[in-house]
Amino acid sequence: MTELENYLFSGIPIRTTLDNSTTVQYAGLLCQLTMKARSTVRDIDPQNDLTFLRIRSKKHEIMVAPDKEYLLIVIQNPCE
Amino acid sequence: MLGVFLLQSQSGPSGGKAAPPRPAKAVSKKRDEDASTDVGEGADEWTAAKTLVKPPDQLELTEAELKEEFTRVLTANNPHAPQNIVRYSFKERAYKPIGYVDQTAIHFSLNGNLILKDSDEGRRQSMRSAVSEKASLETSAVISEETEIKDEEGTEDTQAAGEEEAEEAGAAEEAEAAEAEEPPPPRVKEQKLANQFNFIERASKTLNNPLRERACQSEPTPCKNFSATANQWEIYDAYVEELQKMEKSKEKEKTKAQIAKKEEKKKGRKLTSLESQSDDITKISKAAKIMERMVNQNIFDDIAQDFKYFEDASDEYRDQRGTLLPLWKFQYDKTKRLAVTAISWNPKYKDLFAVGYGSYDFMKQSHGMLLLYTMKNPSFPEYVFSSESGIMCLDIHNDHPYLVAVGFYDGNVAIYNLKKATSQPSYKSSAKSGKHTDPVWQVKWQKDDMDNNLNFFSVSSDGRIVSWTLVKNELVHTDVIKLSAEGTTMQGPEGLQLQTLGCGTSFDFHKKIDYLFLVGTEEGKIYKCSKCYSSQFLDVFEAHHMAVDSVSWNPYHLKVFISCSSDWTVKIWDHTVKTPMFIYDLHSAVGDVAWSPYSSTVFAAVTTDGKAHVFDLSINKYEALCTQIVVAKKKNKITHIQFNPVYPVVIVGDERGHITCLKLSPNLRKMPKEKKGQEVKKGPEVEIAKMDKLLNLVREPDSTAGK
Repeated sequence: MTELENYLFSGIPIRTTLDNSTTVQYAGLLCQLTMKARSTVRDIDPQNDLTFLRIRSKKHEIMVAPDKEYLLIVIQNPCE
Repeated sequence: MLGVFLLQSQSGPSGGKAAPPRPAKAVSKKRDEDASTDVGEGADEWTAAKTLVKPPDQLELTEAELKEEFTRVLTANNPHAPQNIVRYSFKERAYKPIGYVDQTAIHFSLNGNLILKDSDEGRRQSMRSAVSEKASLETSAVISEETEIKDEEGTEDTQAAGEEEAEEAGAAEEAEAAEAEEPPPPRVKEQKLANQFNFIERASKTLNNPLRERACQSEPTPCKNFSATANQWEIYDAYVEELQKMEKSKEKEKTKAQIAKKEEKKKGRKLTSLESQSDDITKISKAAKIMERMVNQNIFDDIAQDFKYFEDASDEYRDQRGTLLPLWKFQYDKTKRLAVTAISWNPKYKDLFAVGYGSYDFMKQSHGMLLLYTMKNPSFPEYVFSSESGIMCLDIHNDHPYLVAVGFYDGNVAIYNLKKATSQPSYKSSAKSGKHTDPVWQVKWQKDDMDNNLNFFSVSSDGRIVSWTLVKNELVHTDVIKLSAEGTTMQGPEGLQLQTLGCGTSFDFHKKIDYLFLVGTEEGKIYKCSKCYSSQFLDVFEAHHMAVDSVSWNPYHLKVFISCSSDWTVKIWDHTVKTPMFIYDLHSAVGDVAWSPYSSTVFAAVTTDGKAHVFDLSINKYEALCTQIVVAKKKNKITHIQFNPVYPVVIVGDERGHITCLKLSPNLRKMPKEKKGQEVKKGPEVEIAKMDKLLNLVREPDSTAGK
């Protein structure tokens, strides 16, 4: 029940199991959000860094794992 | 005709003046003419037109008004001339109307060029035309005429001036013509009359250079838009980079071993070439790892919650008994055929544990595997190592949690380094380097020896306890002791006395007394040995009737150890006493027994019928607090059990290659109760005291019996 996508930091999807349009949309939006989240974390303490970002919504959970060059996004349907 | 006239007179009152009828009459005449010309064509129209054709905007008049007669008078007055011109009379100092107004209406005026022959001007012109041959006279005459003309110009009316300008132009033309006809005529000196009317203007104009604009422009400096943010962390990053650069440069100065560098570079190049060929996934391995764990957490969310927070409330009603709550189940495809032969928790990372896979079956020996799982990811092992021979035992070094010592079924031992990516062991013993001739049943790391080399011990069925030392990347073995079975010297050929060796199946080292260790054998005996004495034992315990599967010192009490065997019993001993303190019969061969890390009186044992038994001696000396079937399928023997050093969980390995993680219910984890008013003492002393109390209870009857 999970879908997987791979992105570069610039927002270009490398690999995905979803259709292209959805992927591109997720890419753009989540890239920015990750940047913002990372900036927030590091502003508070520069020695800290963002390891993981989870957004739980009614329909599913979006998990973002940022890396140096890449961004790994997984959209998981809840098992409840 | 009549009809037409009528039309026009009717339009008269609308006009209101005498003027319109005149042009109207002219128009009517034209209309008559039109009508007459059109008679031939529009005869029908003409007949039809006898009926009055009214234009749409004609005034509607009554009959009486229609019959009204209007008188028309023709006068010679100019209709346009004003009738009431007034002039100011200075005599009477008032405006008075002029008596007579000029009625002349000029319809057309044209200035003509005709002049009377007999007038002055006429005569002059005739003279000019007659005397055209006499150039000088004519020219002077012409000039004088011109001056006269000029004199007259100012005084005459514009109308006349217009005529004379025309004449002058004509005169000038004649003069020019005359001059042209007779070139260089002797000129009489012209008298220039200097008066106000003879104005000559003289002016000169300088050459104006044409303006040209010349400009020089340099190439604009290339501009680029640059934007960035300056956050606290960006500044921090910049500083960190600087530091790293400085450190690198320092290191380069220090290490000038170029050969080593070259090697590293070569390795580095190889790695990069491999990476470029490999899949993209490897580049995001870190992120993927975190993600995998998160996804697993989501999938097994309820289990994770149970693990952390669930405490079985029904234990209150269970009268001291406890339960084991199954949590995660760990399994891996490639280990489906293999049995779990060893489990060990990592001393540093409390959620990481190592599992060795092999086979206990003598007939069916295949490959072995070493997997390291973490509780954070139940779906897939963190590390996977494979080996040709089944793994029988493993131990993780306390100080170096990345070193795993492993004993194989074929008698070899090896050390795996988790930091390295290869799936092969870093160091392995071989037949040359003194491997065992029988399966290695247990390995245990020891403290580093005096040269700071890593070393560990191994025990095997071939009766040898060997100490392996890692010297300069090689395993060097030293036989520590040989388990000679007492009383079994045989008479070999030529009178040699052969000593058969006992088969060691398990051992354990004392926590505090470094040289003291226990060895369990296949014959059911437990030997108390010392590292210092290589040939003799300190003591022998006739422990069991069958092979001793496991021995283990109590983590708190210095004298107590536990042993279990395939003869269905678990026995607790005091190493100073030859007979066991407690004996438990578990109705099935006991595969493994383990002390709990949090209490000196709690231990767990697993049997081949799939049950796990948990005992707490301080609560119940005779019975297990919990006896529970732990593995799903029947005919599945549990092979090993281990307590987690920190969390209240145990992991149980079975014959099918599965690991099950279970949580201990509160009843199994009871700490000594606080007495009112007294402080709760925590720490090993309490545990030791607990055990002592128990032992005293047991011992006194023994000692009295002994007497």
